[in-house]
Amino acid sequence: MIAYSILDRDWSFLTDKLILVGILFAVALGIAAYSTLAERKIAAFMQDRIGPDRAGFFGILQPIADGVKSILKEEIIPGRAHKFLFILAPCIFMTVALMTYAIIPWGKDLIINGRKFSLQLADLNVGILYSFAIVSLGVYGIMIGGWASNNKFSLLGAVRASTQMISYELAMGLSLIPIVMMSSSLSLRDITEAQSYWHGMHWNIMLQPLSFIIFFTCALAECNRTPFDLAETESELIGGYHTEYSSMKLALFLFGEYVNIFVSAAVISILFLGGYNFPYMNEMGLSPNWVSILSMGALFAKIFFIIFVFMWIRWTIPRFRYDQLMKLGWQIFIPLCIVNILITGLLITLKIYH
Amino acid sequence: MREYIFYFLALVSVISALMVVFSRNPIHSVLYLVVCFFSIAGHYLLLNAQFLAVVHVIIYAGAIMVLFLFVIMLLNLNKESEPHKPIIIKFASVISASLLVLVLIAAMVNINPAADSHPTLHTIGMVRELGDTLFKEYLLPFEISSVLFLTAMVGVVLISKKES
Repeated sequence: MIAYSILDRDWSFLTDKLILVGILFAVALGIAAYSTLAERKIAAFMQDRIGPDRAGFFGILQPIADGVKSILKEEIIPGRAHKFLFILAPCIFMTVALMTYAIIPWGKDLIINGRKFSLQLADLNVGILYSFAIVSLGVYGIMIGGWASNNKFSLLGAVRASTQMISYELAMGLSLIPIVMMSSSLSLRDITEAQSYWHGMHWNIMLQPLSFIIFFTCALAECNRTPFDLAETESELIGGYHTEYSSMKLALFLFGEYVNIFVSAAVISILFLGGYNFPYMNEMGLSPNWVSILSMGALFAKIFFIIFVFMWIRWTIPRFRYDQLMKLGWQIFIPLCIVNILITGLLITLKIYH
Repeated sequence: MREYIFYFLALVSVISALMVVFSRNPIHSVLYLVVCFFSIAGHYLLLNAQFLAVVHVIIYAGAIMVLFLFVIMLLNLNKESEPHKPIIIKFASVISASLLVLVLIAAMVNINPAADSHPTLHTIGMVRELGDTLFKEYLLPFEISSVLFLTAMVGVVLISKKES
């Protein structure tokens, strides 16, 4: 695994990875920042408004203005809050949100000066399971934050958010098993490569549409997005688990949500939309480096489309009721997933899928 | 380098395990237990057991400890509401813990750690090897234990239904 392989390799390997970490960090935060602007612009478009357009042309500087505002605002820690955990919670939330980036294959390998430069931080043997471990840790930031605030609305919001996340994790994991069965690997790179047949169009969404729908819905629930944003129903719980937070700590929570959306969009594109594969990628006669740059562009196009769909859903569909949410997760999705696994197993045994 | 990582992880796991017992606030105990589980997952990684490490994090740190946190937060346990235990229970717990230590020492006294390191078997902890072993060599025990889990689940549902 990572700890093992880094110890055994040379320094150029380490510097490659460190450069990639830096780039990914900047790109991830940049995209998350501009997702906030995109969200407001899309909301404005759907509600026939203009949206933010004062800071720079077309509101292009709005995320920077928001960031500066968050940093300069007064920081309030409630008197009877648990101070250390109160500060720790947003840090955990943000760190965990950024951790999944390590296993996402962003494109085919680049070859610079005869040296291979992988566009993936770590090709883990247990890639998907790693992403699940990270998702299940995301609950801690929310729970600790809600509890440390010493406010019953925060605690209720935190309990709601984490129950929802735990419940939907099950259906999410089960909906992935058919994909793992078909590509017979847990590594995200192998899963991407398994979708490269049919001139780069052998996407899992065509073979497993039900899995895609379930996984997509569960991703919405994991990110606490509408129609599953029961954690912050302002009419019942004021603001949810981050009621007591202010200034940059609140910004970290809100921002972490957009980082989560970006990660989920990336995972969805890799698992179901062919990852970095695009049609006729090997038949166009381009040099390998161009193909790898184009493949990166293809992955990002897919990610942006998924992010757009997330926002589209948010401004279209009203919120579920809490019992409906639980019923959907436990009584509808889990049985459907199990049936889907059985059908896929049958098709693989009959050699219809392989 | 690997040795230093091992000593660091060992230190973290021992200290956090002790803090689980000694910290007064139950929430702190749970959080130290989470840290302890993480350091144990690190030990698994050093032994090249990737699958075990990740599953350990998913199940223990991700699911079970979150449920612990849930219960403790909702019960709002703290020092004032802690029940006062009679002295006989304290004695009983000390004796039983000592017996457990005795059993552990007896079990570990004959272990020769050097004999267990197979440098050729570096893929032993990978998912593929594990799946092969589980579903070929140990298929029957595996299936029987899954039936056991199912029974436990049904039992839990039954118990919770009866109370309402």
